[in-house]
Amino acid sequence: MTHTVLVTGVSRYIGARVAGALAADPKISRVIGVDTTPPLSLLTGEGVPLGRTEFVRVDLRSPDIAEVIEAADIDVVVHMSLVSAPVRGGGRVPMKEHNVIGTMQLLAACQRSAAVRRVVVRSTSAVYGSSPTDPAVFTEDVEPVEAPHSGYGKDATEVEGYVRGFARRRPDVTVSLLRFVNLMGPGVDSPITRYLRQPVVPTVFGFDPRLQFIHEDDAVEVLRRMASEDHPGTFNVTGDGVMLLSQCVRRAGGVSVPVPSPGFRILSAVARRAGLVEFSPEQLRLLSHGRAVDGGRLAAELGRRPGYDTAAAFEDFLRSRQAAGNLPLRLVDGFADLITAR
Amino acid sequence: MTAIPARVLPLPMEPDEDPPGRGDPDSRIAGILDFIHRRLAGEYEVDEFGFDAELNDKVLLELLRPLYRHWFRVETVDISNVPDTGGALVVANHSGTLPLDGLMLQVALHDDHPARRPMRALGADLVYKLPVIGHLARKSGHTLACPEDADRLLRGGELVGVFPEGFKGIGKPFSERYHLQRFGRGGFVASAIRAGVPIVPCAIVGAEEIYPKIGDFPALARLLGVPYIPITPLFPWFGVLGLIPLPSKWLIGFGTPIRTDELSPAVADDPMAVFNLTDQVRESVQQLLEELLPRRGPAFPPLA
Repeated sequence: MTHTVLVTGVSRYIGARVAGALAADPKISRVIGVDTTPPLSLLTGEGVPLGRTEFVRVDLRSPDIAEVIEAADIDVVVHMSLVSAPVRGGGRVPMKEHNVIGTMQLLAACQRSAAVRRVVVRSTSAVYGSSPTDPAVFTEDVEPVEAPHSGYGKDATEVEGYVRGFARRRPDVTVSLLRFVNLMGPGVDSPITRYLRQPVVPTVFGFDPRLQFIHEDDAVEVLRRMASEDHPGTFNVTGDGVMLLSQCVRRAGGVSVPVPSPGFRILSAVARRAGLVEFSPEQLRLLSHGRAVDGGRLAAELGRRPGYDTAAAFEDFLRSRQAAGNLPLRLVDGFADLITAR
Repeated sequence: MTAIPARVLPLPMEPDEDPPGRGDPDSRIAGILDFIHRRLAGEYEVDEFGFDAELNDKVLLELLRPLYRHWFRVETVDISNVPDTGGALVVANHSGTLPLDGLMLQVALHDDHPARRPMRALGADLVYKLPVIGHLARKSGHTLACPEDADRLLRGGELVGVFPEGFKGIGKPFSERYHLQRFGRGGFVASAIRAGVPIVPCAIVGAEEIYPKIGDFPALARLLGVPYIPITPLFPWFGVLGLIPLPSKWLIGFGTPIRTDELSPAVADDPMAVFNLTDQVRESVQQLLEELLPRRGPAFPPLA
């Protein structure tokens, strides 16, 4: 049977890639992408090709989304419009409205629709929070020790609550909730990739957090499978393995500058004002305590592990950019050359 | 009858890495530079707990080895009771004001056990709240004492170390030395049952004498949010020098493993069974302590 798929957040990179992948699937009859701004490929012809995706400009916070779902007879909804950081010049309030109220409107429309049979929601592993009293590796069933009380993590926790409520009220709809770790890859532009791209990386003194990445291609493949098959449940989505922040910085050729945690807070506030890097308090917690999740349940469900593990995803991200110098490494290598030449 | 051709029997291989102090100086320097190169380039691996096996062996344990060999002159007894492979839970007494006993047990299992096993200790959450210490603990292979991590490590076939007395044990006054305190809530026993791994009782003799705690500052400890601030014969009177541990003689002994693989994993949800097994483990550790204590003799042999 053919499907009509609605993709929210289509103007952002990963949303556009998923829409493009779904549009390339002959079993899917229509792909309708919605977002508040038109995608780059429509504006300039550059960016990710969307194929036969039809774009509709809808603000999710408005009830217009219900009309789109009704008019197009949507049967699969892929909700990927959660934003992890306030847009420049915006603030926390519009971000929260967009994330939480937007999801509520979308789910309200889905609940009304007789045609919707499958809902896939992109959430984040930030719902587990990040604290020194966490277990080292979160499985889907572990409740966070400290639920995130600000920012993206809190939005996602609330969004997940509404998604669970929807799943209870519409047990006939297959609901998949995906908790993604940080996306990584040549096309990804996020607070964490911008942070790791800096030649000098401020880190929190005395902490070397564990980080995990999922490669963009694997993320697209997971979302494509979820949109075209029934996989109900909550799943962590991560590349295998972990990397320490120190490893990331060294492999990127940057120099890390440990700053004691109160100083780090001030520094990040200054950077935010200056529009350099966007860092929310829960990202600061992540940079102190780190977090790892277990991707085993998803691998068992899909019968496939991500093609890139965490380290490979990071390496692919590094390949796409000019390598920095790694000054300490060059000094040691120079010294080694001196000794061996002796 | 055909003649059997002469064969060259392979000689037992030397261990992969040269022990420190061997090999010619040039290759040693090259080795060290290569090590530094890989560290600075980030070309090393950590497991999902943040355990960095290379850093642990080459740097962290290397710093502890002089303390282990020369300062405390640690000897192990029946270390073969710790299995060579697969998950196992080492349950030890805890003493000495600062957790040096955990570190020495880690060196013992890594250096003196034939399989050179890294010990993954389950530590108090206080450790993971501290900058530097918490992350060194993770790099050294340790993690937070919680059922999720214990289960995950044991199912993954790791050797896990626990000190169920916790702060009650390590912070007890010198007058109560070698008397085991209460054993937590038995969570470690439930984890072992769920994973079906053996529990190895372990007695550490000698740590009680390194910082004899003869009093403490409860008000100051509350203010700083730590369990205790000790008064020892040398601390705080001699300041930083008072932090030098006394050079007592140590023995680390391992008892007969207690099997849990014959129990059904459902037993982990039976509190009475868990309490009974916890008591059995505690008894074995106490018994082992009492066996080893006279064997060790005086705490400070040259003075005796």
